[in-house]
Amino acid sequence: MEKSIKFEKDLNLEATELRLGLPGTKESEKQTPSAIKSNKRVLPDMSEECGYEDNSNVSHVKKCDQEVAPPAKAQVVGWPPVRSYRKNCFQAKKMEAETTGMYVKVSMDGAPYLRKIDLKVYKGYPELLKALEDMFKFSVGKYSEREGYNGSEFVPTYEDKDGDWMLVGDVPWDMFISSCKRMRIMKGSEARGLGCAV
Amino acid sequence: MMNYFPDEVLEHVFDFVTSHRDRNAVSLVCKLWYRVERFSRQRVFIGNCYAISPERLIARFPGVKALTLKGKPHFADFNLVPQDWGGYVQPWIEALARSRIGLEELRLKRMVVSDESLDVLSRSFTNFKSLVLVSCEGFTTDGLAAIAANCRFLRELDLQENEIEEKKNHWLGCFPDSCTSLVSLNFACLKEINLAALERLVARNPNLKSLKLNRAVPIEALQRILMRAPQLVDLGTGSFVLDRDSDDSETYRKLKATIQKCRSIRNLSGFLEVAPRCLPAVYPICLNLTYLNLSYAAGIHGSELIKLIRFCGKLQRLWILDCIGDKGLEVVASTCKDLQELRVFPSDPFGAGHAAVTETGLVAISSGCPKLNSLLYFCQQMTNAALIAVAKNCTNFIRFRLCILDPAKPDPVTMQPLDEGFGAIVQSSKRIRRLSLSGLLTDRVFLYIGMYAEQLEMLSIAFAGDSDKGMLYVLNGCKKLRKLEIRDSPFGDMALLRDVGKYETMRSLWMSSCDVTLGGCKTLAKKMPRLNVEIINENDQMEFAHEDSQKVEKMYLYRTLVGPRKDAPEFVWTLV
Repeated sequence: MEKSIKFEKDLNLEATELRLGLPGTKESEKQTPSAIKSNKRVLPDMSEECGYEDNSNVSHVKKCDQEVAPPAKAQVVGWPPVRSYRKNCFQAKKMEAETTGMYVKVSMDGAPYLRKIDLKVYKGYPELLKALEDMFKFSVGKYSEREGYNGSEFVPTYEDKDGDWMLVGDVPWDMFISSCKRMRIMKGSEARGLGCAV
Repeated sequence: MMNYFPDEVLEHVFDFVTSHRDRNAVSLVCKLWYRVERFSRQRVFIGNCYAISPERLIARFPGVKALTLKGKPHFADFNLVPQDWGGYVQPWIEALARSRIGLEELRLKRMVVSDESLDVLSRSFTNFKSLVLVSCEGFTTDGLAAIAANCRFLRELDLQENEIEEKKNHWLGCFPDSCTSLVSLNFACLKEINLAALERLVARNPNLKSLKLNRAVPIEALQRILMRAPQLVDLGTGSFVLDRDSDDSETYRKLKATIQKCRSIRNLSGFLEVAPRCLPAVYPICLNLTYLNLSYAAGIHGSELIKLIRFCGKLQRLWILDCIGDKGLEVVASTCKDLQELRVFPSDPFGAGHAAVTETGLVAISSGCPKLNSLLYFCQQMTNAALIAVAKNCTNFIRFRLCILDPAKPDPVTMQPLDEGFGAIVQSSKRIRRLSLSGLLTDRVFLYIGMYAEQLEMLSIAFAGDSDKGMLYVLNGCKKLRKLEIRDSPFGDMALLRDVGKYETMRSLWMSSCDVTLGGCKTLAKKMPRLNVEIINENDQMEFAHEDSQKVEKMYLYRTLVGPRKDAPEFVWTLV
């Protein structure tokens, strides 16, 4: 389905994949196409030679032996040379972001009262839309980038940080949850107008 | 001729000699100058607290008013030095207190400070004015309360990146109502603060020029504080977020108006929490800024950073996260023509690297900012061609620290080591004093460094080199070398022992995960009694103690006039 393929990309599974590998290896380079001008990358052989891909507890970096931390990411002690204070600041922020909920109000045209949902709970658009459909007893149409939601009176929209009303599904999931202030499920002619605009 | 002048004249002349290196040089001219200099010296810098004792400091400089002390080795910043290694300030403060020295300023870096030390400090020196603690640990807000309560003429309390245990004691409220002399206050590294006490403190200290808040200070409080202190030159915001659901346009308007009145702000930092849509509030003062530190402002997208930077035409120093991207650095290059110092930190040091900078950004900066003299750059990759271009564009580097996140990574275009690139840098920047290397490097880069880096004082090496020759090139060539720190490089006893006298001309040498053996270190220690050769061994000592051929995991040696330290923990073995 077109919709699910689009969302698969948005889910950005590669970014959340657990693997052994020091930063800057092949995988991470794929995610920064804009940063690398030349089309020559560290050859796959290079990184394999360095033992980044193996699952053993000891990985070899060129000439040196190092101890590899057991968790999924292989980290060298004290590398990169970032002060612990700074590392702790960012770790704390990351953890904070991971644990606090992200509740937003959801209104539906014609419904007597609003609901609140925690965006953190959902891993992507399909889950979110399913939850909304269940909560408000409606069905949202088929999503396409060109036409928005087709085949339904209902269109999910959200207000972003700049105060603009946007169609749910256009931006990558991470960007959506960090910019979504509240949601509104539009209905009827108003909805169709938004669905056609790109 | 100078011998016929009374001492007061000499002293008066020496008053104009302020740098401690120059004063050290003055003191070596002759006995008369030594004597006059030592009685008139007020500012003393001790780069290694174990090189000398407090008693000898006091004996030589009885007039000392301002003291700087540094404790742990630099690699302690990266968790390479175990807890409880040392660096205690207590004996210094006790000795100074006993001797009735009129201490007014104390600056400590990487030292262990206890609440008791702070208490004694606060009670022992009536004119105490300034306390600066950088990367220190071991104390709580109780110690800060003592400083606040007892130092009647305190001008400066600057806490930079310390590990402080926070008690529920509202230490800020311990500043008495009579405290009106504050010029500089920085508590950004704390998590909590008593807001009411803070606002009252700011209100009664009209000379406040530098104020750095922490995350617990919300944007509404910032606005009120800035209303009271429009004279600030140096501002560190705390939280810069407007609450999602509240009606915030009024707050934002007030904030923007207030900030606009702060025409003296030249240094801006903080943004420990920031909502991008609030950033435009600072645009009005951006054009006055000479220093901008956004290196803790995670979560600002490159595009928002770029919008902000476009207003900052007068920037001389910029600290930023790599989410600015190469494109953002190009904007910096075209906007900040006076840029002298750039630091680009990794926003996600262990992450997948989707926000990053590469050699492209650095070349752009070098091309647009020829005055650049100090660089700290964490990047995904670097090429020789880029470094050569940077070397051509910028010939004034004093500090050049490059950290390619992937250790020992070669030039991704040519697959070559980065020897030529770094070689170009040291050859063109003849006044370079500090250098940190990374990427794939052979002995060749050290040949270049030994040949060209005549002014080099500090060198940091990681995962580099092929053989002892590399280290020898550096030790032989860099006559001004003071600090050398090496990790995970194949340098061993041959290099270590070739020129043992060299280490007395240096402050310290750190070697970890290299090839030096216990036997080699023992030999060195025996030959050089005025060096402390410390073996840091966190593993089982018994097993370790008997094998001279065994490689030493961590060795730290430093020159000293006072022999092995008496406060070394069990896992530190000072060889004699």
